[in-house]
Order: sequence, then C-alpha cells, then structure tokens
Amino acid sequence: MDWLNAIVQGILLGGLYALYGTGLSLIFGVMRIVNLAHGDFIVLAAYLSLVVTQIAGLSPFATILAVVPLLFVFGYVLQKTVLNRALTGNLLPPVVITFGISIILQNALQLIFSPNSQGLDAGSLETASIQLGRLNIGWVPFITLITAIVVLAILQLFLTRTALGRAFRATSDNPGIAELMGINSRQIYGIALGLSLAIVALAGILLGIRTNFAPAEGPARLLFAFETVIIGGLGNLWGTLIGGIILGIAQVIGASFNPGWFQLAGHVVTLLVLAFLPSGLFPRTREL
Amino acid sequence: MLKLQKIDLYYGQFQALFDVSISVEQGETLAIIGANGAGKTSLLRLIAGAHSAGSGEILFKGEEVNKRPAYEMAKLGIALVPEGRMLFPSLTVEENLLVGNYVRRPGPWKLNDIYKLFPSLHERRKNPSSNISGGQQQMVAIGRALMSNPNLILLDEISLGLAPLIIEEIYRVVKQISALGTTVILVEQDVRRGMNAADRVYCLLEGKISLTGRPSELSMEEVSQAYFGV
Amino acid sequence: MRSLLYTPERRIAVIGFLVAAVLISMASWGEIRTMSLLIEFFYLLALSQLWNLLAGYAGLVSVGQQAWIGIGGYALLVMADDFGIPLGLAFLLVGVVAALLSYPAAKLLFRLRGGYYAIGTWVVSEVFYLLISGSTSWSGGGLGRSLQAARFIQPPAMRITLVYVIAVVLAIGSIALVYYLMRSRLGLGLTAIRDSEMGAASLGVNVNKLKLFVYVVCAAGTAIVGALIYLNALNIIPKAAFSVNWTAYMIFMVVIGGIGTIEGPIFGTIVFFLLRQYLSDFGEWSLIILGCAAVIIMLVAPQGLWGIIRGRSQIELFPVRRKLSPNFEKSE
Repeated sequence: MDWLNAIVQGILLGGLYALYGTGLSLIFGVMRIVNLAHGDFIVLAAYLSLVVTQIAGLSPFATILAVVPLLFVFGYVLQKTVLNRALTGNLLPPVVITFGISIILQNALQLIFSPNSQGLDAGSLETASIQLGRLNIGWVPFITLITAIVVLAILQLFLTRTALGRAFRATSDNPGIAELMGINSRQIYGIALGLSLAIVALAGILLGIRTNFAPAEGPARLLFAFETVIIGGLGNLWGTLIGGIILGIAQVIGASFNPGWFQLAGHVVTLLVLAFLPSGLFPRTREL
Repeated sequence: MLKLQKIDLYYGQFQALFDVSISVEQGETLAIIGANGAGKTSLLRLIAGAHSAGSGEILFKGEEVNKRPAYEMAKLGIALVPEGRMLFPSLTVEENLLVGNYVRRPGPWKLNDIYKLFPSLHERRKNPSSNISGGQQQMVAIGRALMSNPNLILLDEISLGLAPLIIEEIYRVVKQISALGTTVILVEQDVRRGMNAADRVYCLLEGKISLTGRPSELSMEEVSQAYFGV
Repeated sequence: MRSLLYTPERRIAVIGFLVAAVLISMASWGEIRTMSLLIEFFYLLALSQLWNLLAGYAGLVSVGQQAWIGIGGYALLVMADDFGIPLGLAFLLVGVVAALLSYPAAKLLFRLRGGYYAIGTWVVSEVFYLLISGSTSWSGGGLGRSLQAARFIQPPAMRITLVYVIAVVLAIGSIALVYYLMRSRLGLGLTAIRDSEMGAASLGVNVNKLKLFVYVVCAAGTAIVGALIYLNALNIIPKAAFSVNWTAYMIFMVVIGGIGTIEGPIFGTIVFFLLRQYLSDFGEWSLIILGCAAVIIMLVAPQGLWGIIRGRSQIELFPVRRKLSPNFEKSE
C-alpha cells in the first residue's frame, strides 16, 4: 500500500469534510441545535448548481455566484419562519423538524431528478491533476482544500473582528443578555443558518464537480460532517479542518484495504475518538 | 423622561409587581431599595424590555414602549447592567465592551473613555472576561452599558459581593456618569448606599411601592418600616 | 370484582388482559388476510411505544433505532439458521443479544449532547449495517437471505397465526411495559429528569443509570420486534433492515399522536397505519406528506393529536402521572 499517497488523498478529501463540518458546527455554536437536514442541503446545492448550468449554460464554478446567495436566503428564511419557533429550549422540536426537512428534501429531489446519480461537468479541469513525483494531486480536490482554508480564515476574522461576529459569539454565550445590548437573537440565528447553508452551497458544488451525487446521499454527508466535528472537537474552528483531514485519511486508508470499508473506517475512528478523547482532538476555543 | 403607570407584572400565575407607578426626570438619579424578592430586579428588567407588563403603561421619552423587545429598548437608549455582571465569558474584556456598542448610538463614550474611567481594565483588555476579578467584571459590565451611550442606565446590585474600596470606586464613577447628564436608576439592597447616591428613592415591598421621597426628607424609621413592612 | 378494580393499575391490567384475550382469540376465528394486515399494525404500535419511551420519557431523541430492527432480524436468522438454535429460543435470545450490544453503544453515545446524540445513534446504526452487509455469509449479499428455520412451521397459515399472536403480545406488552415503568420509582426519576436534569441529579436521581437502563430496554424491545418483522417477512436485506425510514415512521407516529403520553403513540399508529394504506400509491409523495405533517404538528400542536383531544375533554386512558390531589395541577 502507498501510505504517502493515501495520506495526501485523505488530506485533500478532508478539505471537503471541513466545509461540511463548518456549516454544522456554526449553527450548533450559535443556537445549540443540530441540523439533521445538513447533508440533504449539500446534495440540494449540487442539484441547484446542475439546474443553473443547464439553464444558463454556465460552468459549475460560475454557479457559485447564484447558488451560494440563494441558499443563504433560503437558510435565513427557513430559520425566521420555521426553526425560530422551534427554539423552546426543548431539544425534541429542532431534531424532529430538521429530520422532517431531511425526508422532505430527499424525496422531493428524487421526485424531480430521479433516484439516479448525476454529476456536474467542469470540463477538462475535472480530471486535471498535478504530478509530484509519484503523487497525483487532482486540481478539484486541491481547490476544495484551499477553499476550506479560506472559508475558515474568513469565518475566524468575521467572528473576532466584526461587530456582527462578536454579536454571534455574545448570543452563543447568553442570548438574553445579548438582547440587552441591542442584539436581536432571532435575527442572528437567521443569519447563522444563512451562513451555514452558504458554506454548504460551496461544499455541494465542489462535491458535484468532484464526483456523482444522488438524492439519497444526504444522510451520509450529514454523518461525515458530524464526524468531522466530533474528531476535531466541538466549537473549534481550525479543529474542524484537522477533523476533516483525519476522517478523510481514515476513509482512504480503509478503502485501500477493502472498498467497503471507506465509510466504516471513518465511523470507527469517530467512535474511538468518542471513547478516548470525548471532547475531540482540539477542545472548544473562544471562537465558536 | 421615563414614566411607569399602574404596572402589573406577572410570571405565569405569579404576580411580581402590583400597581407600580414611577417617574424619573432627565439627569436624575433614582434609587430603588427593598428587601430580597421585593421585585426590584423585575422592575429594572421590565424597563429594559426583558419583561412586558400585563397591564399599565410605560412611557419613555413620551413614547409607549411596553411589550417592546429588549433589543429595541437598547436602541432607544436604555442600558441595563444586570445583577451578577453577566459578562460574555468567551469574549475578552475589550470585546465585551465593543458588544456594548453594537447599537452604534452616537454619544460621548468611546472605548478609550471607558479605559480612562477604569484604568485597571486597560491592561486586562485582552484577557478573557471570565479571567478577571469580580470588581473588574463589574467595571466591564458598567463600561459595556456605557458603550451604548444610553440616556438611561439601570444598575442592578452593582455593589454585591465586592470589597468596600471597590464599591467606593464604582460609586464615584456612578456620580461621574450622572454628572454627564445620564439618567440613572439603581437598585440597592444596601439602603444607606442607595440613599446617599440618589436624588430620590422608591422603596419596594412585596411588589408594591411602599415609600417614596427625597433621601433628606425621609427618616430612618420611615424607611425601615417601608423596607421590612413592620 | 370491586377490589380487583380498586387501583388504576389493576383496572388497566384487567382491561389489558381482556383486550389481549379478544385480539388473540381472533387467531381462531379471524381471516388470514385480516391477520396479516393487523400484524403490521401491532408491530408498528410496539415500535412507536418503544420510541416514545426512549424520546418522550427519557429524553433520548434517537434517529438510529433502525439499528435494533436490523440487529433483531439478523440475530434471529443467524442464530436459527447458522447456529441451529431452535427458532423459539433464538427469538427470545434476540433480546439478550441486542441488550449486550446496546450497552457499550450507550456508553459511547451518552458522551454526546442533544442533537449530536441523535446523529451519533445514526452512526452506530451505520456501523452495524456496514459490518453485517460487509460479510456476505451473514447478510446474504445485496439480495439478502431468508429464514430457513421458519419452513418447519407448516402450513403457512399456521405461521401467520403464530406471528399474529406474538405481535399482539408485543404490542400490548410494550404498552404495559411503558405504563408500569412510568408508574414505578424509575418513572418518577425519569419525570424528574424531564423537568430538570440538573435538578433531578441534585435530588439523588442517577440520571445516566436511568437513561442507560431505558436505552438498553428499548434496544432489546425494538430488536425483538425486528425479529418478529422478519419472522413475518422471511426475507431480509441489509439496506432495508437498517433503513432510517424505520425511525422516520416511529417519529412520525409518536409526534402525530402526541409524545410523552401512552395514548398518543396508539393514536399516531392508527393514523399512520390508515394514511399508509391510502398513500402507498404515491411513492415519494407519501414520505413528503408524512414529513410535512410531522413538521407542522411540531410547530402548531407539539402535544400532537392526542394532546388536542385531551385538552378538550380531559380524558386520560392511562393515568401515568401521579396526582397529589385533584386540585394540584401544574400552573399554566
């Protein structure tokens, strides 16, 4: 087995998972709920990009300009109209509602696009790669990893250097006191889900360029996002990147032994982290 | 500038305030005294918009504001320094102060003015707010409220649990704030402290106003009767 | 007779036995077709009761209960066909196997909070699914495998009758389990946890131990129901046995009916069962409708249909709550 190659491919895959995980942990950090439809939104974004490429004849990369704002608005509206009503302090309503949305999205996508898998066509870039000795680094996975790093850096600057970012963290600490400072927590929650889905949109499009996708694949993406967060440590921004990379490496190495072990290896590493490092590799920091 | 008329406040079935009427003029300092559970904190939180009255009127700068959410009251110029400081623990000292300026109200208070007011905060400005002394936390809480340049500042038990020297310093600052024209309503369990700092006093007993007047015109006997209800 | 009906516990026991007797007697006079239909109803009822115990009473909102359906089905097949354990004994052992597997799973899962716990249960289910589907000799591959041991129950009508009787016993048994559990000291502890976990802990309720107990009981119960489902269906495919749709159905039934009551899931199972007969032709639409219904109920009537009915009429079929005096009700 080529360990070096497995690790490099795993790191590249980790970039995608870091994008998955960031969106999930952002809303958990701000409002302490978990969006069980997170993975289905990733798949939805890929399909939206597909529709835009077909209607406007754009390259999948250009659809980012349409799909990212669209999902931001969708997240904002969903939070303001539906999820804000479910924030009663009881954990059941958010779980049931986001699980319901997951089922609705999955079946609606299946109805519209058929259960078959499809892909986004990014032309020759899809298969283009950089050859480094015996290593083969695909351009798309490389761009994904860089995107993840940039997104995390921007998010960190946003949370620490802007008034809105500080309002996010203040609301996360204590929404009641934040309201006394003039912060409308429901507005913050709307923006948080909007941002989460905007990052999801990026992830979904990059996923679609990289591989084929199908309506039923949402839940698996949710689990990858979750595992990224658990391995990296809850509420740790850069931990998410490391978590994604470890998950990616585990999956690539697992698959090299047996193709069926791709997901299993990731699950097992997650459960091991949970057993021996319950707060993840990088415990909570101040950022989120 | 602020007028409460015949306010009843309920938490579910429990009534916390009964027929409370209070008024405060621009630039005045008001003290609300009373025993534990008399409804002082409820009254401040009501004015700040964190609760809404079941019946009665709240007029702020001539506008009816009952049932407005707290974040709108902050924009209108009311700032509450809550009981127990309630800083944001994952934010630094400076970030806590900056959050106070979220509403971006124009006025005299800038970050540097807060550091001039409380010099010991300056060297701690990068510290997590959970990592400083109780007195400094109280200073941050007051500074955070001032950062919104309020017309009316509500101070809830700011001396609680602090050393006498620190309390002196904090009350010296309260006088300074008041001297700049900001209206102050402070809640105190320490009757003497409250009466010394205030132009007028209201005493609350079991959710009702039991006494009101200027500190100089009230005898200690009257006050203790209004305070304890005996 | 009066003394027999003196306490609510006994009254309900007597009524329960009567209902069970009537339903079981149907095995001798009912039509096979009706019974096959009712089998599904009764196992759904048992599943909804168990999920309600887990999520509604113990606050363990799980989306991974399909793990135990799959484990139940496969444990039965593997023990009966591969190990040659007599079918009846294998059926009973299914509960033990699930309990043994669920204990370490719970130990890991309880390190997660709230929504992350929910996803964690899903991961555990996926691990079981991948392990079983990865081993062709156990899973039978993509086409699955069928329960050979059941061939010895002849004629086929006899097997359906048998499955029907077990389904009735499991359904009534699950209601009895929840009812008596919640009337016991343990139920008091769970109610305290539901009101305030920290408060309960400070009163000496061992929160984690109670939750662990409920988790293991629900896993074992769900696995036994899973074994019954495949004693009925005979053929088992990993993808279907470990499908998250099982949990989606449980959530739907409990939420529609009313979570945190015994009557709610009964009611929800009836609604779901009827809806499914009508919606079965609509393919994806049926799940979209069920999903929308769950979301809307959660938003506008979180106590479910039973909560609406009870709010109007104040009836209570299973008085789980203890009352200090007729006038002592929680305010609001």
